[in-house]
Amino acid sequence: MSFLRNLINGISLGSVYAIIALGYTMVYGIAKMLNFAHGDVIMVGAYVVFVAMSNTMPAVPAVLLSIVICTGLGILIERIAYRPLRNASSPLAVLITAIGVSYLLQNLALLIFGSNPKSFASVVNVPDLKLAGGKLTITGETIVTIVASLVIVFALTAFINKTKPGQAMVAVSEDQGAAKLMGINVNGTIALTFAIGSGLAAIAGVLLCSAYPQLTPYTGSMPGIKAFVAAVFGGIGSIPGAMIGGILLGVIEIFGKAYISSQMADAIVFAVLIIVLLVKPTGILGRQIQEKV
Amino acid sequence: MAMLEVKDLHVYYGMIHAIKGISFEVNEGEIVALIGANGAGKTTTLHTVSALLSPKKGSILFEGQDITRTPAHKIVSMGIAQVPEGRRVFSEMTVLQNLKMGAYSRADKSEIESTLEMVYRRFPRLKERRNQPAGTLSGGEQQMLAMGRALMSHPKILLLDEPSMGLSPILVNEIFDIIDSVNKAGTTVLLVEQNAKKALNIANRAYVLETGKIVKEGPAHDLMNDDSIRKAYLGEDS
Repeated sequence: MSFLRNLINGISLGSVYAIIALGYTMVYGIAKMLNFAHGDVIMVGAYVVFVAMSNTMPAVPAVLLSIVICTGLGILIERIAYRPLRNASSPLAVLITAIGVSYLLQNLALLIFGSNPKSFASVVNVPDLKLAGGKLTITGETIVTIVASLVIVFALTAFINKTKPGQAMVAVSEDQGAAKLMGINVNGTIALTFAIGSGLAAIAGVLLCSAYPQLTPYTGSMPGIKAFVAAVFGGIGSIPGAMIGGILLGVIEIFGKAYISSQMADAIVFAVLIIVLLVKPTGILGRQIQEKV
Repeated sequence: MAMLEVKDLHVYYGMIHAIKGISFEVNEGEIVALIGANGAGKTTTLHTVSALLSPKKGSILFEGQDITRTPAHKIVSMGIAQVPEGRRVFSEMTVLQNLKMGAYSRADKSEIESTLEMVYRRFPRLKERRNQPAGTLSGGEQQMLAMGRALMSHPKILLLDEPSMGLSPILVNEIFDIIDSVNKAGTTVLLVEQNAKKALNIANRAYVLETGKIVKEGPAHDLMNDDSIRKAYLGEDS
């Protein structure tokens, strides 16, 4: 029974990683950059919900407000910090800027909210599910997290395959120049990608803090890095890859904690990543990048 | 008034002065060829017209309107489509998705459908393979897809960059026949080619580009009989 409980907890944590990893992987696939501030948008999203609910706003509007604010924040970050560097001679310029934005967000939160952890009230109002005569309890948070991640992945896949802006994203990810020749507004498409990724980060932040109710300015940092690992793990640029990578990572982490050592859990996660990349450098679902001649 | 008018264009690639003040024009209904060796600036010129590059100096007029500073994504809906060098089809999308991308700038669904039928009539192979990923097509088929994709925007002028590159002689003939018939159906063509012989054969007029400058221009027929052109570009001894 404890195996099953660990598995479910792993899938739940992994689903949060997956939602965050989707933002990483989409931005990488389309803008060809690693947005290291992505994890901190999660933290902003969680603080928005915390403040809203502390001021007696009900959970659902608070979450919606958080999504709107994070979406705006994502667009703003892209416009101010990344777009001016898009044609910089070194791709390192934008990478370093992303790290800078990450510290900026953390320190702004530190300035506003201080470093003491806030206890985050769960936004989930779904009863726990008791199975096997009460021996196995699945929390409402777990159920909502898993369902939310599945809905997000299916909705995102449909959006990308069936809608015009979604197809524009695919085109931009393959060849920006050719996409421009189709009449696609590449800057607009990249902004849309940041908007979607940041909106998802808000959802991830709320789900994460509902399950692990300690909110500090650094809350987003470690899940952000792990979600980045999950995206690489699954094959960066691939949406199903991010999902699979995220869930695998969550399961490995929880199993590592339960059966090997809770101090070593993170080290185990990264060790598995190293092994996967040694065997398949493009990640599980990653494709070989073809060099155009 | 010329349909496309380029005046004293200067383009830089970083520090490199790639285009050094060229002027040319394309009239409605014409096929105009831009010939020259590798590195002469032919592709740079087309990229500047499509606004993938912006010029340091000079102007580009389309149907009398100044489009020098118009962003790339608005150029297509004005009626300028480009078939880029190396085809650059979206290899993970299907043939049909590629063609739909070509119509990205258009909104009317029924008009897009009828253009699609027209493209399928011109390239029956694309219809057969419409659900296949574009990356699995042969080079010739990809060239046809790239042309079909450009035609999907219903352009007034088609910019073609090295359409014969890497194709077998039979396919080259086929591609040039298609260019000719697209032109006869009412689309103006600006053609960039290293295969000068083929290009001069179907063009009305041509410009010869050498290291960023136009060194010769005139009716295609005259250039074909020009000794220096024959020697330098047609591989013939005089």
